[in-house]
Amino acid sequence: MAANIFYFIVFPGFLFTAVVGLLVSWVDRKITARIQWRVGPPWYQNFVDFFKLLGKETIVPRGAGRIGFLFAPLMGLIGVTLVSLILWQMNLNPNRSFMGDVIVLIYLSILPALAIIIGGSSSANPLGAIGASREMKLILADELPFIMAIFTPLVKIGSLKVGSIITYQLNHGMMFTHHLSSVIALVVAFLCMQAKLTLVPFDIPEAEQEIMAGPYIEYSGPLLALFKLTRAMMLFAMPVFLITIFLGGMQFNGWASGWSVVKYLVILILIILLKNTNPRLRIDQALKFFWLRMFPLSCIGFVLALLGL
Amino acid sequence: MNRKTIIPIGPYHPLQEEPEFFELEMEGEKVIDINVHIGYNHRSIEKIAESKTFDQMVFLVERICGICSTSHPIANCNAVEDLARIEIPERARYIRSIVGELERLHSHLLWAGLAGHFIGYNTLWMWIWKYREPILEIFEAVTGNRNHYAMMIPGGVRRDIKEEDIPFLSKGLDEAERKIDMVTKAVLDDPVLAARLKGVGILSREDAINYCAVGPTARASGIPIDVRRDDPYAAYDLVDWKIITQEEGDVFAKVVVRLLECFESIKIIRQCLKMLRTVKGEIAAKVKEIPPGEGIGHHEAPRGEVFHYVRSDGSNMPVRLKVRAPTYVNLPTCKATVPGESVADAAIILAAIDPCYCCTERIVTINKRTGQRELNGQDLLRLSRKKTEKICKNMGRRNV
Repeated sequence: MAANIFYFIVFPGFLFTAVVGLLVSWVDRKITARIQWRVGPPWYQNFVDFFKLLGKETIVPRGAGRIGFLFAPLMGLIGVTLVSLILWQMNLNPNRSFMGDVIVLIYLSILPALAIIIGGSSSANPLGAIGASREMKLILADELPFIMAIFTPLVKIGSLKVGSIITYQLNHGMMFTHHLSSVIALVVAFLCMQAKLTLVPFDIPEAEQEIMAGPYIEYSGPLLALFKLTRAMMLFAMPVFLITIFLGGMQFNGWASGWSVVKYLVILILIILLKNTNPRLRIDQALKFFWLRMFPLSCIGFVLALLGL
Repeated sequence: MNRKTIIPIGPYHPLQEEPEFFELEMEGEKVIDINVHIGYNHRSIEKIAESKTFDQMVFLVERICGICSTSHPIANCNAVEDLARIEIPERARYIRSIVGELERLHSHLLWAGLAGHFIGYNTLWMWIWKYREPILEIFEAVTGNRNHYAMMIPGGVRRDIKEEDIPFLSKGLDEAERKIDMVTKAVLDDPVLAARLKGVGILSREDAINYCAVGPTARASGIPIDVRRDDPYAAYDLVDWKIITQEEGDVFAKVVVRLLECFESIKIIRQCLKMLRTVKGEIAAKVKEIPPGEGIGHHEAPRGEVFHYVRSDGSNMPVRLKVRAPTYVNLPTCKATVPGESVADAAIILAAIDPCYCCTERIVTINKRTGQRELNGQDLLRLSRKKTEKICKNMGRRNV
């Protein structure tokens, strides 16, 4: 019991994910700044921002749904913490895997998006409501191809356990390099991840210039800090999810640990480059992109996996 | 669910750097109507001008706008020269055109960068603003200021462009042209930008005429109006250039018009610089007195025609100055372009006219019962002083 609490709060749960998440968000900010001919913040900037927000006043707007407004950030945070916890437990020891844990992971990774929807719609602000409705449309758009893509390699090996896919990849090499279906699925999952992280070109729910950060508009102080932290942790947890499923997971013995870090950094840098070389899409364009382009693509990958490719 | 919601853009909004209020009436994500409220930032420039001499007025109107800060002085000088029948020296005409076109360059680049920012493309924003830098450096070298160049006076220009500055200017222009060329190609070829901007916020030719649109807003709808050609002043009839028009009228067409106009501006500046080597002489005509009468002057500012009207009673101060800034005419076109689009597009459509509100602001308070104007300049001054006193009192301080 005590061990489980330690796992949840310190490693590899909340504290670990939060610290690494804030650090990789700094990498994001720094690289973005360098791409844009700016200098960028020092490495501790995100920590300073976080602690500064913790010390600020929390304002609940008049007319807001208090319970939803106050608990939404916490819900998102718990969701991403659990995702990271489960993923790292599996990666460090594939035998701890349980039946259907992939489904649990997919469900939990929607929680931050649900938190944004609940927070935005209970904030009694029309812009917050628009942001919430956009987030709703966005998860409707990206979840379907994302789930299809995640299930493609699982269908290939015929198991619903994260542990067994890690073991399979340890013995047979990465899914990504050995199976055509997984190549297609990784591309789809990567683009869906960009939407799940709400980064450009899919940062539609919080478009600053259109709806002024949408769902976050009424948040201040610690609650806003929790939302920001959730985003930072997502930036760490979601690529690890993809690496676990497609790229052989994260191992930490000898040379493998360096390789794991490289895999993560490559995915992170791809995310940052995609973010910095595109304008924001409209919500209808995003819907069309995911339903008419990504979904058929993921179906092709799925069928290929069924055929054993 | 058919409930109407109001989405406010402004008065304080990340989209608009200046205080403006657009009321978007929404149905879901669709805008069904738009109301524009201006008047948050009144500075009573026209009134102040009546207490300045003609020479001082030029520098006052330069403060109307920070981005197109030489447009108003050129228009104002044109008006005063029209009033006093002054012929300006040829060298001054070329210098005026150079400053005017350099300003168009930096203003169009500034807008293109902001447009990128408005659709979430921050990399484009930062890159274009970096490429705008050489032009500001040229300004600093030639006029002494990055902005508010203080180059114009009635009768000519204040500073000469020296012979030894010309190579520096040409080099800076070459560099800027290469960069602008790169940006233009990148923007025109980007498929995502095209998906985002093409067919959005179409201002038809008829609407553009009905709303009296001017400048790039009108030219993007296929109307070839340009004061530089229609009523030449400065050196615009002495050099070779062409008017850029596009037929589509959407936001993308406005981008294309502005970016291509940059190349025309560079062309004009090059020719003017070449002429400066041969045309020597005075840079300003002597202006002894301004006779009674009235004069008009205009200038094709980066945003469109800026119009100045000046009336004199023979003293050294104008009796009346009237300014019509391009945004004031372009802004109402949003009634034709925004309804029917989504709120995401409304942002970029509103930005596409390159709004400059500090030029546009004006205030008239009318008593509803009598229909009389209620506030005059003295009243505004009184109100402003009262507010200062109130602030001082709230701070627990005696009025100083």
